[in-house]
Amino acid sequence: MRNRNLWYWLFLAPALLALAVVVILPLAFGVYYSFTDWNGIRTPSFVGLEHYKALFAEKEFRDALWFTTKFTVVSVFLINFFGLSLALLVTQKMKTSHLLRTIFFMPNLIGGLILGFIWQFIFIKVFASIGELIGVEALQGWLSTPATGFWAMAILMSWQMAGYIMVIYISFLEGVPQELLEAAEIDGANSFQRFYHVTFPLVMPAFTVSLFLTLSNSFKLYDQNLSLTGGGPYNSTQMVAMEIFKTAFVENAMAFAQAKAVIFFLIVAAISLTQVYINKKREVEM
Amino acid sequence: MKRKKRGKLILEILGVILALIWLSPFYLMIVNSFKTKREMFEDTLKLPDVFTFDNYVVAFERLDFLKTFFNSLLITVLAVAVIIVFSSMAAYALSRRGGKTSGIIFMLFVAAMLIPFQSVMIPLVSIFGKLEMLNRGGLIFMYLGFGASLSIFLYHGTLSGIPKSLDEAATIDGANRFQIFWHIIFPMLKPVSVTVAILNIIWIWNDYLLPSLVINQQGMETIPLKMFFFFGEYTKQWHLALAGLTIAIIPVIIIYFFLQKQIIKGVSEGSVK
Repeated sequence: MRNRNLWYWLFLAPALLALAVVVILPLAFGVYYSFTDWNGIRTPSFVGLEHYKALFAEKEFRDALWFTTKFTVVSVFLINFFGLSLALLVTQKMKTSHLLRTIFFMPNLIGGLILGFIWQFIFIKVFASIGELIGVEALQGWLSTPATGFWAMAILMSWQMAGYIMVIYISFLEGVPQELLEAAEIDGANSFQRFYHVTFPLVMPAFTVSLFLTLSNSFKLYDQNLSLTGGGPYNSTQMVAMEIFKTAFVENAMAFAQAKAVIFFLIVAAISLTQVYINKKREVEM
Repeated sequence: MKRKKRGKLILEILGVILALIWLSPFYLMIVNSFKTKREMFEDTLKLPDVFTFDNYVVAFERLDFLKTFFNSLLITVLAVAVIIVFSSMAAYALSRRGGKTSGIIFMLFVAAMLIPFQSVMIPLVSIFGKLEMLNRGGLIFMYLGFGASLSIFLYHGTLSGIPKSLDEAATIDGANRFQIFWHIIFPMLKPVSVTVAILNIIWIWNDYLLPSLVINQQGMETIPLKMFFFFGEYTKQWHLALAGLTIAIIPVIIIYFFLQKQIIKGVSEGSVK
């Protein structure tokens, strides 16, 4: 009997050990540290809820949380709008369909850090050149005001992720039976009616997948934030992930940063659990 | 019929325009990477008078590109291999033995996907620092820890569709579990392995934050790490920065050109499940 279990644990051990040491233990330690005055070196002693009270009173964290929320709402909307539009476009029978998919998806293969640098060039130098050419002053210094910095981030994110979301919508759109659409056409439904009454209900699950994927990706964004605006000007475009990093490794307030990280975890987990709940509910209904 | 044809033509044109907009950042990056500093200063929209490769020579050297590329390759290949081997084994064990224990362990792996990196980052660095594991070996182990969840999830889904009678028949023939897995089951998992490999390669190749915390030593930098320092040094010298960025993405674009179908399929499978 022992021997029959041995293979089981041997097969499991490496992955399970890695998960425990890399994710579960740090999470447990992190939650514990967030209630202490841990600074990475000395033995921690309890401070209770002190950090949690302080972090909601801290302007930097509140600003980051607010910016992240605004950014997430806007980019979720833009990404899904463009993603679905592109998917509808490239699923038409066109000669260029395949090539277009390849092009729209391309940004997703390149790391967010590099994409942010490329767009830094576009927003700083190219926008300035275009502004000079057409005589629009507003195109100068796009990364040096909070408002344009916000839109710069939203544009970068939409450009990158629309192609990714497009791929998800395509996989559902291609699952819509052709006979159904043809039948509707014969019955006299126009293309809008066909979309609204036939395609739309069948791709509903794609909305849930895409919505939550973009929601958590936008909320957790770090690389693009770091390389495009670096949080500037004056931390006005700093997102939560970057704020946590700075608190921990620039200001060296480890326990305080960890308390912020716990809040961050709770928000992200809540987003994902809502998705799981909605999916479960729909499965029951179907 | 005629109206339909015209409608299609309008869509084709719209598609091409959108594609050009999508490609324009890359186009502007490449065109400007061939300019001199002075030309860049004058105008970023026109083509360079003379295409100069000087920027590339400098950027290639400052990025120490061959070495940096090799560093990225080494980390990515080893980490992805480790993830494929150990995730498929773990998923096999979980799906074949079943029972309450397996259910709990599987849930643990799945639940770990909810945890964002920033919420474990600080203790993680501290623990690995104390174990003196802030090196490449430690980094690969971390990639297994972060990557196992999704990979096990994907393998598990396919494994439940492979009948257990296969295993049983092999057991009667005298094969042990290792032989059964590696000779019979693993080859059948090839399509999932491709998906798992693609998803993890894209992630690890482009990852910046984790390696920046773990292997921030001279000579070990991966492409994103080196790019970060390089860019910081040359912010006022766009002609060099752009040549560096172009060099960094060329390998990815070449691979994408050859494997686009598999890559897009892998990504959509990985995110829809």
